[in-house]
Amino acid sequence: MIAEAGLAALWLAAALSLLQLVLGAAGLRPGAERLLPMVRPVAVAQGILAALAFGALIWLFLRTDLSVRLVAANSHSMKPWLYKFAGAWGNHEGSMLLWVTVLAVAGAAVALFERRLPRSTLIATLAAQALIGLGFYAFLLFASNPFTRLSPVPVEGNGLNPLLQDPGLAFHPPTLYFGYVGISIAFSFAVGALVTRDVGPAFARAMRPWVLAAWIFLTLGITAGSYWAYYELGWGGWWFWDPVENASLMPWLAATALLHSVTVLATRDGLRAWTVMLAVVAFSMSMIGTFLVRSGILTSVHAFAVDPRRGAFILVLLLFYIGGALALYGLRVGTVKEGSKFDFVSREGALVANNLLLSAILGIVFIGTLYPLAVEAVTGDKLSVGPPYFNSAAGPVALLLAAIMAAGPLLRWRRDRLRALVGRIALPILISAAAAFAIVLLAPGTRILPFLGLALALGVATASVAPLWGRNLRRTPLFTYGMVIAHLGIAVALAGMASESAFTKETLVAASPGQSIAIGPFQVRFDGVEPVAGTNWTAIEARLTATRGGTSWPLRPQARLFSLPPPPTPTSEAAIQTLWDGQLYVAIGDEDSQGRWQLRLWWKPFVTLIWLGGGMIALGGLLSLIGRFRRERRPRAEAAEAEA
Amino acid sequence: MSRRLILWVPLGLFVLFLAVIAAGLFAPAERTVPSALVGQPVPEFDLAPGMAGRPGLSSAALRRGRPRLVNIFASWCVPCRQEAPQLAALARRGVPIEGIAVRDRPEDLARFLATYGDPFRSIGADVDRRVQMELGSAGVPETFVVDGRGIIRHQHIGAIYEADIPAILAAYEAAR
Repeated sequence: MIAEAGLAALWLAAALSLLQLVLGAAGLRPGAERLLPMVRPVAVAQGILAALAFGALIWLFLRTDLSVRLVAANSHSMKPWLYKFAGAWGNHEGSMLLWVTVLAVAGAAVALFERRLPRSTLIATLAAQALIGLGFYAFLLFASNPFTRLSPVPVEGNGLNPLLQDPGLAFHPPTLYFGYVGISIAFSFAVGALVTRDVGPAFARAMRPWVLAAWIFLTLGITAGSYWAYYELGWGGWWFWDPVENASLMPWLAATALLHSVTVLATRDGLRAWTVMLAVVAFSMSMIGTFLVRSGILTSVHAFAVDPRRGAFILVLLLFYIGGALALYGLRVGTVKEGSKFDFVSREGALVANNLLLSAILGIVFIGTLYPLAVEAVTGDKLSVGPPYFNSAAGPVALLLAAIMAAGPLLRWRRDRLRALVGRIALPILISAAAAFAIVLLAPGTRILPFLGLALALGVATASVAPLWGRNLRRTPLFTYGMVIAHLGIAVALAGMASESAFTKETLVAASPGQSIAIGPFQVRFDGVEPVAGTNWTAIEARLTATRGGTSWPLRPQARLFSLPPPPTPTSEAAIQTLWDGQLYVAIGDEDSQGRWQLRLWWKPFVTLIWLGGGMIALGGLLSLIGRFRRERRPRAEAAEAEA
Repeated sequence: MSRRLILWVPLGLFVLFLAVIAAGLFAPAERTVPSALVGQPVPEFDLAPGMAGRPGLSSAALRRGRPRLVNIFASWCVPCRQEAPQLAALARRGVPIEGIAVRDRPEDLARFLATYGDPFRSIGADVDRRVQMELGSAGVPETFVVDGRGIIRHQHIGAIYEADIPAILAAYEAAR
């Protein structure tokens, strides 16, 4: 019954989204205003029903109801409960249901909490959100039904892909989806504002917290995903330019640009058309990313089962939504008045440069991801685009962006003098120069990109905290702290990336028990292997001891064999020792005929800074969000105090 | 270009994008990436012997008269063990096979050949994977059919299984 209840909830939610669309569209006509108050409750009910449908699917997975095809294909009764739970979205249908649920819940949240937008724009926004939802409900119900029953009922399920049997699965996809799909609100806001021709500072102030919230989740999701790939795949890398990684990076780049341009619109009433464009692009990138992953058109470690009909379905949705929004943009944005003007040397100027550079990186990633497809479509040749392209094309732009990020917050709005800026930024420049000099002395031969990255990171870190200099720290608004911490996070992550790429030591050895291996500053002794077992796996575990300067740490990498699901699948569980100045990373491979084991060791100085920086960026976003809310509350609270 | 027209540029780009992915979606799904060098002469290289007492491999040697297979392999590569019986069968049929050992060491190679058989006439040591890259090969194992003038006629990506032998033999015969 649970599966049928879930399916019914899904159909009802779809019907409500249709109702929401019709009520909204009809209510916006003159003379039909009495329909408008009904739109909000419908949006809330739709969100609740979608959440119920998703809850039903989780319940089915927790009970391992094998009469449901999706459960039988992706779960197993002997699995730890956490993976039964997370297994609900570790497959195509379940993850699309999560997708739609986030979409509907985000719409419900707007209906509940958004109070600043003019009513007509809000209704148009909710109608747009319902329109997007409708297409994806149709996709679920007609092409990816998660609740289909299976007859005859199998005795046991197929189990979950062993690579996904990791606590990371419980957190990474939902976090990422909250950002990835949550950014749909920006899209709907943009469409709503285009419909009512109401693009201005009030619109920007209303949209900003939603964009910020989605962006925080997206940042966390990408950071967590990067760390997950790093420790789970056992390849020692933290970013692979895999199409699916790119699919999450592209909305992040667009959302980051949007976050900055929306500030210009809110504060200075500039960049009107551009902000609307970015809002459309950010969620378009999410939809295109979903299409690229679901259609199997690009090969990737994330690919689920591939079905061209599903790809065709999403392609039609893309055509309809993105094409529709861009056509609306072409028709309407010409009637949006130009915002106010500003000098090139100004806070706005720096933010425009930030937007252009972020868009350039977005373009580079987009082209790199799709280039193989384009070439194949035109000439029939097959080729692949790898990290060398992405690093050498996007790297320099990202460094330039970091440099501008250092200067931007030190500029005044509207107009500033270049000479004054030079005075404010002299210390960071000196620090960068000193760092560059130190690297040349201490680590000659460092490659150019990591070299520039390291030198720049120190200067950018100094410049990031510069907006706090000479201010009363207790009276500085929280959102300024948010910006400082997020920018500092960029510098920290940049330092981690540059250090990892410049100073990583790697070695691959066939080691006999008792042998000692030198890697970076460590001596690692290989003591031998022993078998170990978990609930649904067995493993060969290597025992190693790493020593540096009198301190030693045990390391236990495993070569795991998951017995469930059959057939037995090997995975590598790397051993990672985190130290204050980096990570020692060891993975175990096969045994050779002489009883020697293949061991792969990495010493990655300061690699942890990458994810620490990612976390700081998200924290900065959170502080900013809280700061904006407090700022809005305050006048009301003060007014109340004055009256009392 | 007027401002009005610029506003339609995003839609134009998007339509272009749709055309590209629609073409990709409905094209036959073969997801391997063949070398751009099929039909081209092998790039110039001269590899030192992979182990003592065996000849190395150079592009000049591949131009000397008769067609042959060039097998890119490594002792640390598991699929290479799976394809070893098929390579041995090809060698028994009189197909000359030259080896390029990628990122390997002489003692590991000797052990690998002792365990899984040795179908190779020569073995070049490609220590830094440069020659493998120049040949347009992305992974191990891969096998190229090279004709008597040193022109690459066929590329087989991945391990050779029983079912792949006829296609490779056909390419070899065609290259004679």
